[in-house]
Amino acid sequence: MSTFFQQLLNGIQLGSIYALIALGYTMVYGIVRLINFAHGDFFMIGAYAAYGLYYALGRLFGAGNPGANYLVLFLLVLGGAMLAGGFAAVTANRVAYKPLRDKPRLSSLITAIGVSMFIEYFFSALPAIGPSFRGFPEVFPKTIIKIGTASVSNYVIIDVAVAATLMVVLTLLVKFSKVGKAMRAVSQDKEAAKLMGINIETIIGVTFLIGGAFAGVAGLLSGLTYPRIFPYMGILPGLKAFIAAVLGGIGNIPGAMLGSYIMGIAETYANAANSLIGEGIAFAILIVVLLIRPQGILGEKTADKI
Amino acid sequence: MGKKIFFISRRMLLFVAGALGMLLLVLFFNATGIFTDYIVQIINISLINVILAVSLNLINGFTGQFSIGHMGFAAVGAYTSATVTTLIAKVTPRLPYTEFININGYIVFILALLLGGIVAAGIGFLIGFPSLRLKGDYLAIITLGFGEIIRTIFNNIDYVGGPRGLLGIPKFSNLIMIFVITLLSVIAIRNLVFSTHGRALLSIRENELASELVGVNTVRYKITAFTIGAFFAGIAGGLQAHLLQIAHPTQYGFLYSILVLIMVYAGGMGSITGSIIAAFALTFLSEGLRTALPGLGDLMHVKIGDEWRMVVYSLLLIIIMLFRTEVLMGMREMKLLVPEEEEHHGQHA
Amino acid sequence: MKKKFIAVLLTVLSVSLILAGCSQKTTEIKIGGVGPVSGEAATFGQSTKEGYELAVEEWNKAGGLLGNQIKLIFQDDKGDPTEAATVWTKLISQDKVVAIVGTVMSKCSLAGAPISQANKVPMISPTSTNPKVTEVGEFIFRACFIDPFQGTVGAKFAYENLNARTAACIFDVGNDYTKGLSEFFRDKFIELGGEIVAFEAHATGATDFKAQLTKIIAAKPDVIYISDYYNDVALIAKQARELGYTGPLVGGDGWDSPDLVKIGGKAVENGYFTNHFSKDDPSPQVQEFVRKYEAKFGKTPDALAALAYDAMVIMLDAIKRAGSTDPEKIRAALAATNIQVVSGMISFDKNRNPIKSAVIIAIKDGQQVYQTTVNP
Repeated sequence: MSTFFQQLLNGIQLGSIYALIALGYTMVYGIVRLINFAHGDFFMIGAYAAYGLYYALGRLFGAGNPGANYLVLFLLVLGGAMLAGGFAAVTANRVAYKPLRDKPRLSSLITAIGVSMFIEYFFSALPAIGPSFRGFPEVFPKTIIKIGTASVSNYVIIDVAVAATLMVVLTLLVKFSKVGKAMRAVSQDKEAAKLMGINIETIIGVTFLIGGAFAGVAGLLSGLTYPRIFPYMGILPGLKAFIAAVLGGIGNIPGAMLGSYIMGIAETYANAANSLIGEGIAFAILIVVLLIRPQGILGEKTADKI
Repeated sequence: MGKKIFFISRRMLLFVAGALGMLLLVLFFNATGIFTDYIVQIINISLINVILAVSLNLINGFTGQFSIGHMGFAAVGAYTSATVTTLIAKVTPRLPYTEFININGYIVFILALLLGGIVAAGIGFLIGFPSLRLKGDYLAIITLGFGEIIRTIFNNIDYVGGPRGLLGIPKFSNLIMIFVITLLSVIAIRNLVFSTHGRALLSIRENELASELVGVNTVRYKITAFTIGAFFAGIAGGLQAHLLQIAHPTQYGFLYSILVLIMVYAGGMGSITGSIIAAFALTFLSEGLRTALPGLGDLMHVKIGDEWRMVVYSLLLIIIMLFRTEVLMGMREMKLLVPEEEEHHGQHA
Repeated sequence: MKKKFIAVLLTVLSVSLILAGCSQKTTEIKIGGVGPVSGEAATFGQSTKEGYELAVEEWNKAGGLLGNQIKLIFQDDKGDPTEAATVWTKLISQDKVVAIVGTVMSKCSLAGAPISQANKVPMISPTSTNPKVTEVGEFIFRACFIDPFQGTVGAKFAYENLNARTAACIFDVGNDYTKGLSEFFRDKFIELGGEIVAFEAHATGATDFKAQLTKIIAAKPDVIYISDYYNDVALIAKQARELGYTGPLVGGDGWDSPDLVKIGGKAVENGYFTNHFSKDDPSPQVQEFVRKYEAKFGKTPDALAALAYDAMVIMLDAIKRAGSTDPEKIRAALAATNIQVVSGMISFDKNRNPIKSAVIIAIKDGQQVYQTTVNP
């Protein structure tokens, strides 16, 4: 029983990383209806960008030394990760997804898989990056906070805070901003949106930019929390985040958050109960939930169009 | 139910004759050394991929469901059949391991394959049920989750080797064996698709609600598609295990299911011909690059290592999808696979 | 029909390319090398490939083999048994190699070994630890320890040198190497009189081990045995320290990489692992190897690179002693191997597994420090 609370904290930590990826995933899906398999790779690109930028800045300004302004450094690296993730997403959209917009959705899906494979293998083959594992720098000092017998690092608190902030920002953006309204219009009816004078491609581009930037943030925070990066690091978290997004009701922003924390916590308790089949238990929970609520926890039931 | 499922027509006979002709040609080339064992091995793997792609096409292409856990069925078939054959090979004390591969052994093998297919079909039957409630991406997640659960289970059964894999499987699969079984599988699925039942599957894909309204028992047909698709995937898994002599949980992961999915889509949803061509083309492409890239590097005086092979492969995949969006065959079939009486109705979809 | 044409063209092109690869020169001795250089095990394959290349380059500079130059034909198996089987068939039937050195993962070596055995092409795997690999037949050898040995040595070290009476294990549920090590550690530790208080697995590719570690730490072990590869070890160590564990960590040769300390930092201090050799070892083989590897690739070699180098050298040495490329003679020469390589003095037992001693290495102040040598 003494570990119950610690395990809850562990689950929240894991869920936060899923949430960061799932938010971007679910938003892109909500607007474009594309399972963007490459999203996990934008996450990886974000992590590498943050890694590279950190050391480049370190060479320029001697960052990482005690006395350097951690907050500025963190914000700079964060900006770099967001830019890189957003840029990768926009590029993928322009080059690979846009030409297929009017084609069956499944063509885009296969292309997305191709893009994902390409990014992974390319990074792994590129001599400058290579397949090796790299440690991720502690951009600012890590401290362990004790709560009774349980402990949690300040990084986890940042993860939760950032995930929550992003969720709120995204919800507000989609609900109230002009771009957000256009996004919703595109998501509901492309043709009608076009007739209302909305430039669909611009809106989709913006969607990918935001989604990619979110993936970049997730990459950075994941790098901080689990300091090991490599070209294939996006596959598993990407898959898990996608599942979390579906669990919460894909396209639904608070749902992605909720689904992620449920996944993270369920996985943690499942692993604590029996680590040999922990992974299987987590998937079984998912299947049961979906069988009871086929549209996901917060998803809306849509009627079949006739 | 109007037409019978198993019918033999002149065209079908021609198709079989053509296929057997190709087999003879390959065997001849192999015997004369023009085709090395390497090429035969690639053909073997292509043929197994044909069964996997065609059977997934039945679920995804013809019935319009979205399954991405196809290799889970293959795993069930592989482990079931291989457990049977290795067990019998072990308890037959008179016959040392290699001598087990004889006529009796082959009978055991065929029965084991069928058993593997049947067990996989049973699992497919169960997986079919969620498809009654779930659609599209949600169904995809269920099938994916199921595939991962299967993997977790095999990882934890020490009797079948756990993460060490099931080892010492007798090598029953050879070109002729694989070819004949692939041919039979393709014909069976083709006959199903062009039967009245096949029409019902297609109607579900085109419009589930409408087909229900005109009296198609969609519940029954969706589950049938999953069951039959899983059966053939199980057979393919069994063939593969007896070719590689090892069955390992990681062989049946998400990435492999995705590769089969790519074959189905690249070949064309609802085209058996397309799946066959795509399975061969993609398998040969991935192997061809192994030789082509270093050769290309020599021409340009740079060293292109094997690590670039998959980079080029994925790039080509994207390019194919971008410029061939109608995908290879669309919904068309080669003439020999279309029954004569169909032709006058034009496109079968 | 244009599309169909293109697909057919693509296939024909691939076939002709493959066939074109058949042309060969006879003045070279061809050796096949296999490792996963793409896919998730790519970093292990990379080290392995570099190990092969270094050995072949050295031998070629020293005059080659049997008066010919050695040509290394390296192939990627992606860590996938299907690809491994194809690669083996290619190397044997197409490239007509004399011998094959490979591959990293046991499941892939197990797909390749029957093909080597059936075609009588001698094979040595650098790092496949599963005992079954060499049981396939008399043409199959390996250069590494098998699972039981390292687990046993680790348990003895933990019990006798670290005075641990309770221990916990954590391993990758999908990886036979790590599972095997942990199982043999457990069995030996219990046999010595110790108690295993937790035996936890994690999923392949996981980054979060806290659920398992929380459970382990609550059981208060004297020592945690982490049988993973260095990248997982570093993360596990970090998370264990975060959760308040201060005791020693023990592991196997999967720890041996400069990246262990780079990723794990202070968390891997007070860590000990069994290995094939120590970089402090003054023996010329070790020092030469480390120096040359660093000069060629600009980084410190890990265990995989060292074993790949050794496996290649063992094979080349056997061919040299056989005096011909006759497979039966090479096999006999391999079986009679008695040579000093980086990972020590190597000879093979009747199951074609190497008989060699293990060293124990400690991590102190970010450096690998030699502790002791354990003989089998």
